[in-house]
Amino acid sequence: MAAKIKKSTRPVSDKPVVVVDDVHIIYKVFSSGRRATKGATTGRKSFSRKLGLREVHAVKGLSFTVFEGESVGIIGSNGSGKSSLMRAIAGLTPIQGGAVYASAKPALLGVGAVLLPNLSGEKNILLGGLAMGFGRKEMIENTDAITKFAGLDEFIDLPMRTYSSGMSARLRFAIAASRDHDILIIDEALAVGDQEFRNRSEARMREMRDSAGTVFLVSHSMKSILDTCTRVIWIEKGELIMDGDPLEVINAYNVHTGSDTID
Amino acid sequence: MSLADYAREHGLKRVGARPALLEYLAEAWKRRDFAMTMARFNSEAANARNRLGRWWTVLLPTVQALVYGLIFGVLMGSSRPDNYIPFLFTGVFLYSFISGAFGAGAGSVTGNLGLVRSLSFPRMLLPVQATIQQVFNLLPQMVLLLLTWVVFAQPITWAWLLLVPITLLMVMFSTGLALISARLTVHVQDLTKLIPFVVRIVFYTSGIFFNMERVLKHYPIALEIEKYNPIYVFVSLARGVGVAGYTTTTFMWVAAFGWAFLTLGLGIVFFWKAEERYGRED
Repeated sequence: MAAKIKKSTRPVSDKPVVVVDDVHIIYKVFSSGRRATKGATTGRKSFSRKLGLREVHAVKGLSFTVFEGESVGIIGSNGSGKSSLMRAIAGLTPIQGGAVYASAKPALLGVGAVLLPNLSGEKNILLGGLAMGFGRKEMIENTDAITKFAGLDEFIDLPMRTYSSGMSARLRFAIAASRDHDILIIDEALAVGDQEFRNRSEARMREMRDSAGTVFLVSHSMKSILDTCTRVIWIEKGELIMDGDPLEVINAYNVHTGSDTID
Repeated sequence: MSLADYAREHGLKRVGARPALLEYLAEAWKRRDFAMTMARFNSEAANARNRLGRWWTVLLPTVQALVYGLIFGVLMGSSRPDNYIPFLFTGVFLYSFISGAFGAGAGSVTGNLGLVRSLSFPRMLLPVQATIQQVFNLLPQMVLLLLTWVVFAQPITWAWLLLVPITLLMVMFSTGLALISARLTVHVQDLTKLIPFVVRIVFYTSGIFFNMERVLKHYPIALEIEKYNPIYVFVSLARGVGVAGYTTTTFMWVAAFGWAFLTLGLGIVFFWKAEERYGRED
């Protein structure tokens, strides 16, 4: 399949950064409960009432190409395969078919993952940076700026397990955003932040996009997608429904979901 | 033109592909600071919640050794090994390190899923980090071991310096074990239930608290097999170096080198083979 350059509101180069080629993601999960026996594919007899191995086909053969300087919004209802796709692009989830190609190692900012719950925010900043391959010195120099960006000055010495979900999401975003990434994937990480933080992080995302970085943004907030993205991909049940200009795709999505306002 | 060709033409690389072994090791080495720092922070955090803090790292094995000494010392009566207290302390301390690394390695990937799912780095650093944490515990224990040797009137000789290479070989061996147990528990979570059992069995079969030669003197074949038991090899070497009445043999040294390099090499390859799998949801 030849790559097509999709219509977008701002000019983008024709240099591909991420190529998603017929990606399939299948989870094999032990399920339990009433549903499990019906859908069960295997399972020993004596246990089959309780346990069943179910296959969940989360992403079904998606293909698209993303070019340098684009920022791509990913929308779709809960469980449509957005997060699975993002983790596959970041190389954190094994895929069962197809491949993802990228010009640089994509960095993912996901929901829920607390890095090291027993360590303080400050230590998490240092370790997160070291794991991403940055030097100790520059991480220590950046610690204050990161803390400030996350707005956590008062709490930075407390263990991360004591943080609220909004606080830890802010800290994770601040760690990831402290450096320019060629490819940054933000998976609903901003949804839990408050309005002030959201504005600050959207500004930072635009800044990164303008310095030739590529940003993926998964969000249920159509407003923040419209504010930051140059292209929107709509996924439903693991399949691509629409790909193109943000306003067009979001309008179509809103018709589908039955909402009439963009918020 | 297929998308794959198109991607290759523009110099894009497949994401999440397992790098070649050397490249993988180089990348892990580049981030050694991460493993060191994580081990340090983790052991600080683990100690901070207890009142006695890091004292537990020496207190626990000491209490353990004393209890075993009391029980087995009485049970075995006159068939007790010579120089019983230094003999026993050497065995218990070294074994608590090896079994600690094995157990910590088992939980190092499955227990850090938050990290594995949000950042990409060579996963090997997790079991390695867990082993480093055990080394932090081992060092004060080694000091205590030397003290025990002195207190129980073992002659101080230059040979004690050989404890350094013995420790190094043992650390290599344990790193290999940690890498192996880390991958195994990813495949089969149930193994975590078996680990305490395995640790116990090896404890009872490796001559930690009894003299193997004396107990197995009527079973030459079993004794011959035990000579290759890596735990027995490391413990015997340390006793040969510091406890009066015991000697080291060339065979022990060869076996220790063999086990250290073999287990480490095997562990690295075994763990690296499944690199793409860590962090999967099932």
